[in-house]
Amino acid sequence: MQSTVFTPWEDPDAKPLIRFQNVTKRFGTFTAIDDLSLDIYEREFFALLGPSGCGKTTMMRMLGGFETPTEGRIELAGKDIVGVPPNKRAVNMMFQSYALFPHLSVWDNIAFGLRRDGKPKAEIEARVAEMLKLTRLEKFAGRKPHQISGGQRQRVALARSLAKAPKLLLLDEPLGALDAKLRQDTQFELMDIQEKTGTTFVIVTHDQEEAMTVASRVAVMDEGRLIQVATPDRIYESPANVYVADFIGDVNIIEGRATPGEDDTYAIDWAEGEVPLQATSATRFDKGQTCYLAIRPEKVTISTDRPEGAVNAVQGKVLDIAYLGNLSTYHVELPSGMVIKAQTANTRRISRRSFTWEDPVWLSWTVTGGVLLAG
Amino acid sequence: MRRFLLIAVPYFWLLALFLVPFVIVFKISLSDIALAIPPYTPTLDFSAGWAGVRAFFSALDFENFTWLTQDDLYWKAYLSSLWIALISTAITLAVGYPIAYAMARAPEEWRPTLMMLVILPFWTSFLIRVYAWMGILSQEGFLNQFLMWLGIINEPLTILNTNTAVYIGIVYTYLPFMILPIYAALDRLDESLIEAAEDLGCSRLSAFWLVTVPLSRNGIAAGSFLVFIPALGEFVIPSLLGGSGTLMIGKVLWEEFFSNRDWPVASAVAIILLAILVIPIVLFQRNQQKQAEAEQ
Repeated sequence: MQSTVFTPWEDPDAKPLIRFQNVTKRFGTFTAIDDLSLDIYEREFFALLGPSGCGKTTMMRMLGGFETPTEGRIELAGKDIVGVPPNKRAVNMMFQSYALFPHLSVWDNIAFGLRRDGKPKAEIEARVAEMLKLTRLEKFAGRKPHQISGGQRQRVALARSLAKAPKLLLLDEPLGALDAKLRQDTQFELMDIQEKTGTTFVIVTHDQEEAMTVASRVAVMDEGRLIQVATPDRIYESPANVYVADFIGDVNIIEGRATPGEDDTYAIDWAEGEVPLQATSATRFDKGQTCYLAIRPEKVTISTDRPEGAVNAVQGKVLDIAYLGNLSTYHVELPSGMVIKAQTANTRRISRRSFTWEDPVWLSWTVTGGVLLAG
Repeated sequence: MRRFLLIAVPYFWLLALFLVPFVIVFKISLSDIALAIPPYTPTLDFSAGWAGVRAFFSALDFENFTWLTQDDLYWKAYLSSLWIALISTAITLAVGYPIAYAMARAPEEWRPTLMMLVILPFWTSFLIRVYAWMGILSQEGFLNQFLMWLGIINEPLTILNTNTAVYIGIVYTYLPFMILPIYAALDRLDESLIEAAEDLGCSRLSAFWLVTVPLSRNGIAAGSFLVFIPALGEFVIPSLLGGSGTLMIGKVLWEEFFSNRDWPVASAVAIILLAILVIPIVLFQRNQQKQAEAEQ
């Protein structure tokens, strides 16, 4: 049943909805977007992820029509949209501040875009009712934006931007103003609404967890360039480089020198007098080339004795324990002074925990547990 | 007790600075003209005791107010004042709004300078500035000379001593009172609201009418009241720039007081003017209150 999996980016015949072609955007001498090319497909939930100032908001504003690229082309459904003003694009945006009109009621806010199109009154009423139902705001239709809560405002903003049934919806940090619990609920609500309406969503966020949760594909950006564009699991499991590995989630990075072995296996000399670590990699490394082994804490096993048959095992002592409730992260200091993080699920009560501070422990991981990166 | 004292202070000032003078003026408006100092009767004579107080009150009547309705000069002056104040307010709004808009859209570092330029005229005496306009608008004034030099006109225009000059004077004088509240409202306006309106299908112009104007409505109302209220009772501008045909209640009031020395009639004129002004003042207060509530 391969066909049911939604992966248009792997289909060479698929036509992208949005196509950035060698787009560069400069503000004075500052280059915000640097010769960037990107395809986004219909019905995708695409996340632009990066630290502040990486250019993700500029990308979104160019899609919305609020900025024009200095160089390059942006296509929407095959047509160049550079120079088309925001009000002439089948693109709607949900603003970070929500930008709800304070002088209009929730109902009028949602109807605003429909009225501009000169739609008949009955049609507007039907569409607004549909949007209110979708976002569960029926009870608040008559209220003004300052009379409802932050979460409700966020839903009004979403309903307003979806009312015109745009080809593309842009979401600028849509959940940034919500508290953690509400944010989680809203993430699933967003995914649900995206699925129901079949609209292509492009979301800008600096929150990697949010991007991983909602998106079908994530683009990690830094300094105006795309570092990696892939599905959340690929971004996490096989990051393109140390930057991505480090930006997404928690990671241990061990620097060393590679020595090629059999079957794409490499021996990594990482510390004086220590047994080389073993790791597989599809990318080739030359003998003596500097490499970085990235291992996620949950892929590191912690034990009192050296596990039998373990390919990679190092000894150290427990320096710190971060207790997160469901998980515990152990910070283990190796004799070289390096600290490796290992994460385990707290399946047992904390009083029955096997290790405590200063305990000598063994850390081990499999040959495929880590990812070998060039830089 | 402390709360009472705290509230009592502003009430005392209100009583001393507003209510007492009002009662005095109101009393004079009920008196009769007399060739004396002060030029009206009766005056309260406490030495006569209770009989004196009764004689005082029995001498008061509404004769002067009746007089105001009999001579059509007064109601014509009131109407004409209302009309001139209304037109001037509309012109001031038309001139002031674009200036406030440009100020709010100007680069951040320019705004204090622009604000300064708006307030700068206040540093010179109001009277001197009105006299300066006489120099500009007169037959041989700068404006006529300039227009003739450009070749637009052959004969000098008669502007000074007409209603046009009064409008120019009022608009010029009260422009900052219009600009500042509108600027304050526009300055608070979130730029992303305009972007949102454009995103939802508005052109630049319709975004302005549907978002910018409604959201600066409070500033427009505040500015309009701040211009309309003083313009209604304006005296200096119509008497210096206006002609004999310019009929404004402030001028009538002045003439009653100082030319006719008829204090009782002048007081009656002032009381009626106050009654007319109470309506826009109450509306203005309600607007301010609504604005404060909306911001909470």
